[in-house]
Amino acid sequence: MTSTPTIPPLTGTITVDAPVDQTFRTFTERFGSWWPAEYHIGQADMATAILEPRQGGRWYEQGTDGSECDWGRVLAWEPPHRLVVTWQINGQWQYDPDPAHASEIEVRFTADGPEQTTVELEHRHLDRLVDGQALRDGITGGGGWSSLLELLAKAATNQT
Amino acid sequence: MDGLGLLGDPTRRAIFELLARRPSTVGELAQQLPITRSAVSQHLRVLKDGGLVVSTAEGTRRIYRLNPDGVTALRAYLDRVWAEALTAFGKAAQATPTDLEQEDQ
Repeated sequence: MTSTPTIPPLTGTITVDAPVDQTFRTFTERFGSWWPAEYHIGQADMATAILEPRQGGRWYEQGTDGSECDWGRVLAWEPPHRLVVTWQINGQWQYDPDPAHASEIEVRFTADGPEQTTVELEHRHLDRLVDGQALRDGITGGGGWSSLLELLAKAATNQT
Repeated sequence: MDGLGLLGDPTRRAIFELLARRPSTVGELAQQLPITRSAVSQHLRVLKDGGLVVSTAEGTRRIYRLNPDGVTALRAYLDRVWAEALTAFGKAAQATPTDLEQEDQ
């Protein structure tokens, strides 16, 4: 690739009726209880996903057969207000260990009141993921993109 | 409209997923969906304007496929992932601590 494409970050916001510390703990300690199980990378079905509660911690899934697949690493652990993790799942829906190919997810938790919290999520540096993979080849020649999208299609079909 | 908006429509998402599996004509898509060819064409136009889909002429046929530069499609895909994930998170976060304990059992 001759130039780095600039992909705008993805953002999402949700407001929940829960205290900020509880909301942070739900997001992190209970990550595997709410993450949609169809979005996973292991060969086996996903049993759970785990976000280790410390800077440098692993973020990974456990399959129903006991296997583990990394998703990324915890870059910033600042309970109960801020969390930054890397997302190193590439276009082939596989873990890419090269930090240069890591996109980042920052999650901020703001207390609107004692029982209400706003969660803002930003997924940025998506261009690094693209640089890490020959998405252009994958989408036209099969492989990369198409395997990810086949998985998406399969997930969507199973949702009925 | 960004990728999230484009794929928020279930029919457009179905078309996107069919094209992910195989480049297709309007007729081929219409055969696999409960909508008319003209409705398929309208959705394709929106997807094309949004940069998710491109088309090429092959003889008298026009073939639609996902945008091969991949970038917009990648972003749109992850938009979907996060939209679903945050919705699921919202439900989990509002469950009472008692509910959470029970789920843990």
